[in-house]
Amino acid sequence: MAKYLTQRIIYMVVTLFLIASFTFFLMKIIPGTPFSNADKLSETQLSIMIDKYGLDDPVPVQYANYMMNLLKGDLGVSFQFNNVGVTDIIIKSLGPSATLGALAILFGTFFGIILGVVAALKQNTWVDYTSTFIAVLGKSIPSFVFAGLLQYYVAVKLGWFPVAFWRGPEYMVLPTIALAMFPLATASRFVRTEMIEVMESDYITLAKAKGASWFEIAFKHALRNALIPVITVLGPLVVSLMTGSLVIEKIFGIPGIGEQFVKSIQVNDYPVIMGTTLLFAGLFVAVILIVDLLYGVIDPRIRLAGGKK
Amino acid sequence: MAQEKIAKEMFSPAQLDSKKSEEISKPSLNYWQDAWLRVKKNKGAIVSLVIIAILTIMALVGPHISGRTYQEQNLQHNNLPPRIPVLENVSWLPFDGNLTRKNGDVYNAYEQKNVEEYYWFGTDSLGRDLFTRLWKGTQVSLYIAFLAAAIDMVIGVIYGAISGFVGGRTDTLMQRIIEILSGIPNLVVVILMTILLDPGILSITLALTITGWITMARVIRAQVLKLKNQEYVLAARTLGLSNGKIISKHLIPNLAGVIIINTMFTIPSAIFFEAFLSFIGLGLQPPDASLGTLIDEGFKVLQLYPYQMIIPATVISLIMICFNMVADGLRDALDPKMRD
Repeated sequence: MAKYLTQRIIYMVVTLFLIASFTFFLMKIIPGTPFSNADKLSETQLSIMIDKYGLDDPVPVQYANYMMNLLKGDLGVSFQFNNVGVTDIIIKSLGPSATLGALAILFGTFFGIILGVVAALKQNTWVDYTSTFIAVLGKSIPSFVFAGLLQYYVAVKLGWFPVAFWRGPEYMVLPTIALAMFPLATASRFVRTEMIEVMESDYITLAKAKGASWFEIAFKHALRNALIPVITVLGPLVVSLMTGSLVIEKIFGIPGIGEQFVKSIQVNDYPVIMGTTLLFAGLFVAVILIVDLLYGVIDPRIRLAGGKK
Repeated sequence: MAQEKIAKEMFSPAQLDSKKSEEISKPSLNYWQDAWLRVKKNKGAIVSLVIIAILTIMALVGPHISGRTYQEQNLQHNNLPPRIPVLENVSWLPFDGNLTRKNGDVYNAYEQKNVEEYYWFGTDSLGRDLFTRLWKGTQVSLYIAFLAAAIDMVIGVIYGAISGFVGGRTDTLMQRIIEILSGIPNLVVVILMTILLDPGILSITLALTITGWITMARVIRAQVLKLKNQEYVLAARTLGLSNGKIISKHLIPNLAGVIIINTMFTIPSAIFFEAFLSFIGLGLQPPDASLGTLIDEGFKVLQLYPYQMIIPATVISLIMICFNMVADGLRDALDPKMRD
């Protein structure tokens, strides 16, 4: 186990190092000036700015500096906002994004599990078909289409919820629903398949023979075992949340990481782009590792990849 | 159970003829015929297949129907809502050319602007015909998706087949590369690549394929590992076939099902990523149109002219739903063991 863990962490570090280097050099060869108001600056002003941010150092020097700072958790200074550290920007916008992501995954998996269980118990009835249909819609319709339609019909036409911004619980409802559709669909499909399989096993027959109630069988006996494989999809789900948050935050004007990222791309704010990319990559790699470990802990039958030989 | 009278004549001694029992009464089906039988049973998949066919035909023919090009601007005719002859008289269909003001008034935009022509799906803020642009956009989106899926397939199959077949140190090395690559979220790679390359069809396709082939390579490797120890491979090797021939003539045909299933799942995800990139402003640049750029442009005027977003949004949702349904159906048909 310890050996496996160390191996995985080494991979993680190598991956992140490669991404950091890749991002750095990519940003160096991208055309365009990093200063948002470069047209208005005189030659001298521009050269002062370039000097200040060390943009005239040889690339290897810049690279070494960047990597050293990275180890200290310093992601550099944003070009678009004067003298604001990228780390500060990211930390400031982390709150709304994390809240939205957590809400979406909680809401999505909760209702997904319920939908899946109900579909499995009422297999091949209209309940099952409706649940399948919702799952297909949730999996297929892009989150930004869904968000746009929700915003128009529910917020603008019906006026039930605020159209945009992030000022209180009622502002969270629509973005959460839009972001939760994919987790909901994925979870419900997985739970349904697993439930159908589990419901056919001997111990469920035993529980039925004992006279356990429908509710007890479904939620106490069957669901526990059916949930194990659902953990495997957590990784892809987190990734879908990251992708989704970019557009959903843009649509609903939520001051989170995703919106920040889209904005920085539009104004060539390299340090912020690099910082956010690294954050995404780190999050992704960490989630994959946690999921793999969790899987091994919950179901000991699964042999960890590093264990064999 | 109701007792039925069974006539005595219906009973006759069975003929114990060894030749007869070996007779094949039904025509033998090969893999594809069998798969087709199973797909046919799946109504959702068949309907989806038909819809995809219609949309593909429209994507090819549609841009030429109305007689206006996708970049032709006519500022006098801007922001006209959809109006279709005949259907405009059906009151519950939204094809009557009416618009609703913010205060709830309904007015006919065509009468107000004195426009005699019919724009079936309306026009955008520059007066471009949305019917033409929609099908042009569908064409571009489908083109990107098919191209990306094809490239993914080729790279993934070759990489996976070599890695699985050669094995040993080569396999380990190739798997380490995949492990590191798959640690990079493809969202990040796609965004960085589209920043680096000039926006356009080719750069988006390239960006999509950089990490897209990994799933395919993994699946193929696992299958090759399973297949390469089978006796027919041994037989082929005994007969002196080279490794390349064994892979291309014996292994790949047996992997066809897996390859098709995987490719079918790649297509909707490529369509999604293209639309996603266009939506955050990294996709195609105007006047080019894709479903993503159309949704993006429509979204900006959603409150005033909702049809500009709803029409392309419907088409993209339809494409995604249909491809997912067909992929599910094919998976059930081609590989019954892989049902989810």
